[in-house]
Amino acid sequence: MASFNTSKNLPPAPKIHPKSSRDDRMMAGAIFVIGLYLVIALALPLYTMLSKSFTTAVFNLQNYEFQVNKGDGWSEPVSGYQINESLSLLKPDELITSSDGRLAATTFFPDFNFRSKTEYRLRQLDENGSFLVGTQRIADTEWHTYPANKFRRIVLRPSQSSGIDNYITYFSTPALFRSIQNSLFISILTTLITVGLAFGFAYALTRSRMPFKGGFRLAAMVPILVPSLLPGIALVYLFGNQGMIKEVLFGEPIYGPIGIVIGSVFFTFPHALIIITTALAISDARLYEAAVSLRASPWKTFWTVTIPGARYGLISASFVVFNLVITDFGLPKVIGGQYNMLAVDIYKQVIGQQNFEMGAVVSVVLLIPALSAFTIDRYVQKKQVAQISSRSVPYEPKSNRKFDMICFFYCALVAVFIVGLIIICQYAALIKLWPYNLNLSLANYNFDVMDGGGWSSYYNSIKLALLTALTGTLVVFFGAYMVEKTNGFLFTRSAFQFLAMMPMAIPGMVLGLAYIFFFNHPDNPLGTIYGTMVILVVCTVTHFYTVSHLTAVTALKQMDREFEAVASSLKQPFYKLFAKVTVPVCMPSILDISIYLFVNAMTTVSAVIFLYSPDTALASIAVMNMDDAGDIAPAAAMGMMIFYTNVIARLIHLFVTRKLMKSTQAWRTRQR
Amino acid sequence: MSALSKDETTSETTKNTPFLRISRLTKKFGDFVALNDVSLDVNEGEFVCFLGPSGCGKTTFLRAIAGLDIQTSGTVEQANVDISALPPSERDFGIVFQSYALFPNLTVEKNVSFGLENQKIPRSDIKKRVDELLELVGLPEQETKFPSQLSGGQQQRIALARAIATSPGLLLLDEPLSALDAKVRAYLRHEIKTLQRRLGVTTIMVTHDQEEALTMADRIVVMNQGAIDQIGTPTEIYREPKTLFVADFIGAMNQVKGRVVSSSSVSLGSLELKCRDHELPVGQEAVIAIRPEDIVPHKKIENSSPQSGNSFNVKVEEMEFLGSFWRVQLSDELLEGAHLIVDLSINIVLQMNIDAGNQISIDLPPDRLWVFNPASEE
Repeated sequence: MASFNTSKNLPPAPKIHPKSSRDDRMMAGAIFVIGLYLVIALALPLYTMLSKSFTTAVFNLQNYEFQVNKGDGWSEPVSGYQINESLSLLKPDELITSSDGRLAATTFFPDFNFRSKTEYRLRQLDENGSFLVGTQRIADTEWHTYPANKFRRIVLRPSQSSGIDNYITYFSTPALFRSIQNSLFISILTTLITVGLAFGFAYALTRSRMPFKGGFRLAAMVPILVPSLLPGIALVYLFGNQGMIKEVLFGEPIYGPIGIVIGSVFFTFPHALIIITTALAISDARLYEAAVSLRASPWKTFWTVTIPGARYGLISASFVVFNLVITDFGLPKVIGGQYNMLAVDIYKQVIGQQNFEMGAVVSVVLLIPALSAFTIDRYVQKKQVAQISSRSVPYEPKSNRKFDMICFFYCALVAVFIVGLIIICQYAALIKLWPYNLNLSLANYNFDVMDGGGWSSYYNSIKLALLTALTGTLVVFFGAYMVEKTNGFLFTRSAFQFLAMMPMAIPGMVLGLAYIFFFNHPDNPLGTIYGTMVILVVCTVTHFYTVSHLTAVTALKQMDREFEAVASSLKQPFYKLFAKVTVPVCMPSILDISIYLFVNAMTTVSAVIFLYSPDTALASIAVMNMDDAGDIAPAAAMGMMIFYTNVIARLIHLFVTRKLMKSTQAWRTRQR
Repeated sequence: MSALSKDETTSETTKNTPFLRISRLTKKFGDFVALNDVSLDVNEGEFVCFLGPSGCGKTTFLRAIAGLDIQTSGTVEQANVDISALPPSERDFGIVFQSYALFPNLTVEKNVSFGLENQKIPRSDIKKRVDELLELVGLPEQETKFPSQLSGGQQQRIALARAIATSPGLLLLDEPLSALDAKVRAYLRHEIKTLQRRLGVTTIMVTHDQEEALTMADRIVVMNQGAIDQIGTPTEIYREPKTLFVADFIGAMNQVKGRVVSSSSVSLGSLELKCRDHELPVGQEAVIAIRPEDIVPHKKIENSSPQSGNSFNVKVEEMEFLGSFWRVQLSDELLEGAHLIVDLSINIVLQMNIDAGNQISIDLPPDRLWVFNPASEE
């Protein structure tokens, strides 16, 4: 027999360049398209925003020279800078502006009167600057002469440069950077309270045999179904200036930190609860048996077994809550009063002052804590996965009447708090005019006579939610499939994975503002979607991409790795396998993704606040705008409409999932 | 034969050349060389096993042949066609994985017919073919069940039926039996071998189980650290191991340290033994190897010389009863601390009255005594 290990002195064997199959090429195309989507919907807008935050606009007075003729010939040319210095007209920080800033030329002539016969001339020294005569832009370096009547219409434009000036301005404006402190304070305080409350609740659910566990679980999930600003409205009814029980606060106003913290605890509670319950549920009963056999006291067992077992869950929940609070916009907008927070600052800078550059700076500042919290959370979650052993024995709580009663009353208290706030909103919505006319009526549902968009905003929201659920599920699941099941394209796949994880770290306000910069740029051909439903769908899908993507990836990872290999050996295209096996097997997860996207599209405020147009006003935004306009009862009514819509959507989801599980029971249950 | 099977003309041209010709395959993952310049010819209808410990590169080799992880360099020819760079879908093979990779939501029938669809085959023919295949793997009447309703062994056979449904020229089996319990495994070994003979399909199976390889394969390819150590029939591999690794990995083997005396003799302790011819330099340290069943026991030699030829007296140190035979551990001052294991039948032990503490004489037949270079052991 010939030798099978070839000797070393032969020339090297030919290198093989694998030929791609039709499947490979199709998959490469698909991954490219979805990757391109994420680049356009996420990477480019964020980049644009980042560069905007470094763009400064300053009125460069040395660039402009003026001459005056009061009938006795032209005076010597004098620069705007010299006039400003000699007359002390404008302070240096008044010269810093945004790219849309304008400065009237008459500012430099305090004695200006448009009826006078005085003539004015001005020119610029270089072509970087420009000034406007009405709407006509002049950018040359010639002298231009104007009569007083026309001179009053001249405005100077700022010259743009890049640098960290915006950041310097930000940090030297106490009113602005104070928000950092406020945001951190509120977020940390809320995190401590929420995680503490949620831990108790989760402990009761997993370690006691109290009655009504299912009901408590359901009640705890309610806040997910409403916009984060709804608890704010309920709090106004309870503790506001004409609140039902405002005496409880001893004269402290609910508008401010107190209101923000209570409302934040409300809307972050379910998120923390899900994570902590999972962490407690995976604990190993054998450890508890060991503790009992070693005669450890319950107190000691709690600190040596329970807490260490759940610590990753607790840390993870803390970061998630922190992130939710610091990036939330709706609640501090409604109940924050004069108490400034970062997310609201972005809104105020952009909508209130039209200072887009400063909005971008605040966005970048907000990104830092959000990104760090996200990064640490990812790191911790990876550790927790490694902790689960397949040989763990699930813990079965034993009956203990006293302990079960304590758990029951604790959970009942929390449930009353959560459900109570919702009931108050519904009550408020049905009352004619609090607190003067307590008769019930449906007048507050007559949204069409209020500011905020009327009933059409509600229908828009449903449209947005359905479109987001549909296109989002398609894009997310197909994208996850490509990342998980293709071979090769290692760089593309890891880049895609990175982009898919990013939205979770990007606050909605930041994403929305980034979309303005990117899609509203006159040179962007995609600008046509600006102000339409399309941009709202794109933004919402992108905003909630990460959790959906992770759900899809988890489902796909449970599929046998060799399905694709088998299909290709049988000469069947990947899309046949995808349609016949992958999608049916993953259907429960696909339904989960779509309901997640639907519910979030119904409740989201932050990302879309910058992007809606009069034609595409949304229910969640209508709640905010009506509240802003003082129509608090109609705002509550609209909030409740969102709640009921989400309840119905969830019921449909439950029904469909049940039915699916039943019809596929034959192959889903393992019989070994 | 069914209407679906391929026409048989291809075998005419391949009479002299092997069906599968693999030459100088190398596969690198970054800096790690998983497969180092290996070559192999497989004849049509042959059953070849890749045998080796985990991480030896046997699965990498199989996946390269399938086109699932294409090699860095080297060529693969199947039926005289160079398929080196082709994707799996353009090759001609069927594959069974350790996990079976049965589609959980499809019935047995749909699983087996998965590769037959979209091929312009009438539905009635597909049905006929599926029935035929299920008959073949011994699971008729199961077509409406789902994989989760079958036992592991049954799932394995369905996976096999699916792999051969399209009558591929090459059948690849990646540890197909290792997820099963011992009894089912022994039974399926026989079943698969019979089926393979009946179909005459060229088959490559990857396994780490030497018993599986010895009982099923026409030829065994023993792999170690990304290279092929030896190719041969099961008896060749067992009786004529080319390297210490092969000798050690397959079957039991006594290994004692010695020193080369000449090209056909070696010293062990104070003994000098005749052995098989070898090419190691005189004076070099070597590993002397002999299988426990190759040591021949005799009555104790009573004359004064401690050694005559390859026979010498030893002390029985320990005896271990293993049911059908005794495993006996021997030692002696002559061996200078080395131990030898010999497997003796119950009858011989009774006849010769062998017991711990006794002395017997043993003969090490020179043609069963191997000398290996210890350096190649790793």
